[in-house]
Amino acid sequence: MGRLVKDFYNGILPENPVFRLLLGMCPVLAVTTAVANGFWMGMAVIFVLTCSNVIISAVRPFIPRQIRIPCFIVVIATFVTIVDLVMHAFLPGMYEILGIFIPLIVVNCIILARAEAFASRNPVPRAAADGLGMGVGFTVALVVIAAVRELLGTGNLVVAGRALFGAGLPIDPALVMILPPGAFITMGILLGALNLVGKKKE
Amino acid sequence: MEFVAIILGGVLINNFVFSRFLGICPFLGVSQKVETAMGMSMAVIFVMTVASAITWPVYHLLLDPLGIEYLRTVAFILVIASLVQFVEIVMQKVSPTLYQALGIYLPLITTNCAVLGAAILNVQAEYTFIQAVVNGLAAAVGWALAIVLFAGIRERLDLADVPRPLQGFPIALITTGLMSISFFGFQGLFKQLFVR
Repeated sequence: MGRLVKDFYNGILPENPVFRLLLGMCPVLAVTTAVANGFWMGMAVIFVLTCSNVIISAVRPFIPRQIRIPCFIVVIATFVTIVDLVMHAFLPGMYEILGIFIPLIVVNCIILARAEAFASRNPVPRAAADGLGMGVGFTVALVVIAAVRELLGTGNLVVAGRALFGAGLPIDPALVMILPPGAFITMGILLGALNLVGKKKE
Repeated sequence: MEFVAIILGGVLINNFVFSRFLGICPFLGVSQKVETAMGMSMAVIFVMTVASAITWPVYHLLLDPLGIEYLRTVAFILVIASLVQFVEIVMQKVSPTLYQALGIYLPLITTNCAVLGAAILNVQAEYTFIQAVVNGLAAAVGWALAIVLFAGIRERLDLADVPRPLQGFPIALITTGLMSISFFGFQGLFKQLFVR
């Protein structure tokens, strides 16, 4: 049990896929214009990552080594298609916003990397814990980046359809933060800040 | 005129890296040197153009008539993965020098979301076959332009005095952000040319 907790926790801080491993940057930069977008993208990734880890771990004795990558991709693509259809049906507004980045979860490096590095070598419960942990770590990172961008870009935070700061903060919103350049700059400064904090701890 | 719009749009205005956020992993990963960036660019331009040409009939002649559009993602990724493998084998046989130059980049392209992204965008924009191929080519050229420019800056960054916590990826991302701001300028160009 302790081991499962450790596998789960590993993805959240020690090996956070976004801040530590720098994997899957495209959706991280693209959908973090608002907290809600980041959150739903994270949910989609948690689902795909956990399910594909479980299936890949379960079928790993039957997959020949040479063709393992195509097999992983088909498993991942299947779950991505499920997410795509479900979101289209139940969250049409969010589906429009996330757009092309939902089908592109297939080629998100985190998912293939976890399949190859972890799920194809470990039993099902550990693979599930790893997938869940990595997914949650990814979601946390997306929400943090989105919060910074939304706050600076619009002067307010909208959580579950409600604005947190009423009429907004008394700052001039910097529109650039929710435009593409803001994504790169926020991410760069956050990584720099994390490096600084990490150094102090040591 | 229509093709001019697609090409300008793909290369400058809706640049894959700076405004659509596609293909960021290889953009950050293989931009240490201008030379490797060029190699990767050539490989991407080639694969993306061919992938646009192949995924169009797969969707419009196979998936769409059969009413199984929901298999799009699975079908496209399989086509692209096998295309990359195929290109690698053919290149090795036909032009060993080209293979030597591009060989190591080819397998990386399967996980380049720009290729799948271009294929899906072609379907969403309901392009005709020729438009789709031109769009794939233009988007790839835009991606190549971005990575080669970026690699040039990055080579100089190695010599610059960057604050310790920002060294490596943080400064690379901030640089990309600044480049992205400058690419924003091209949006005005489009208005000047086409919206009179």
